[in-house]
Amino acid sequence: MSSFLSQEVPLSWYLLLSAALFSLGVVGFLIKRNLITVFMSIELMLNGVNLSFVTFAQQWHAVKGQIFVFFVMMVAAAEAAVGLAIIIAVFRARATLAVDRIDLMKL
Amino acid sequence: MHLILFLIFAGFCLGGAINLLIQSHPINSALSLIVVMVSLAVLYLLLGAEFLAAAQVIVYAGAIMVLFTFVVMLLNAGREARTFGSRAALTLGFPAVVAILAVVATVILHAQGLGVARLSDGITSTEELSTVLFTKLLLPFEVTSVLILIAILGAVALARHDGTNPQSNEERTGK
Repeated sequence: MSSFLSQEVPLSWYLLLSAALFSLGVVGFLIKRNLITVFMSIELMLNGVNLSFVTFAQQWHAVKGQIFVFFVMMVAAAEAAVGLAIIIAVFRARATLAVDRIDLMKL
Repeated sequence: MHLILFLIFAGFCLGGAINLLIQSHPINSALSLIVVMVSLAVLYLLLGAEFLAAAQVIVYAGAIMVLFTFVVMLLNAGREARTFGSRAALTLGFPAVVAILAVVATVILHAQGLGVARLSDGITSTEELSTVLFTKLLLPFEVTSVLILIAILGAVALARHDGTNPQSNEERTGK
């Protein structure tokens, strides 16, 4: 049981996973054509970066890395509230969510 | 145990992220994003961040994704048209993404001094976290609450019906 528990994971694997999540978020941002899904891809990128923050906090045994993730989460919550309100306003003005048709700043 | 849990939940994470890209209906994408966020919470727990794991489930998988699914259903968003982005995204975007991922992966794999994570490493207790947060970083914390207050006001002002013309709205309610 102790040998089973002592199995360890290199921290570089966590960093690779975070890089992969970030890249998938970028790809989603490029290929998705729905405004809401594009916004979800941004959240995916934020999550990928958060994972690397937590990994480095574990590496250096520093609490501040985790606190930074806490702040990122708060900013992401505020960003999601405002962003979705903007999406609702855009939908009301344009009656579409396709990013190809939303190409003017003016509503 | 750590290795097995890592492989399982990293697999869930990547699978959910890829499923987010494949699905054409926004509600399916939102549900896959919830899978990604909950598996990330488990990975945070494996890295010893117990408070962040709880906050990830409550704030991300709970609050933010409920907001997303709520908006998807409110706007009755249908399937998106299957296009693969603009020509610029195809010719410049994807090679750039692949190049960035390759560079980052090479740097990570050649980095010296990266440690390992074990289950026996212990966890960063919430007490430890909050001591730093409420003593050294008290001002940023309070500024965050102001930010969230402003975000609430902004969201209400934007999403309000006839929000682009608040004066006529006031007149209507004034009568």
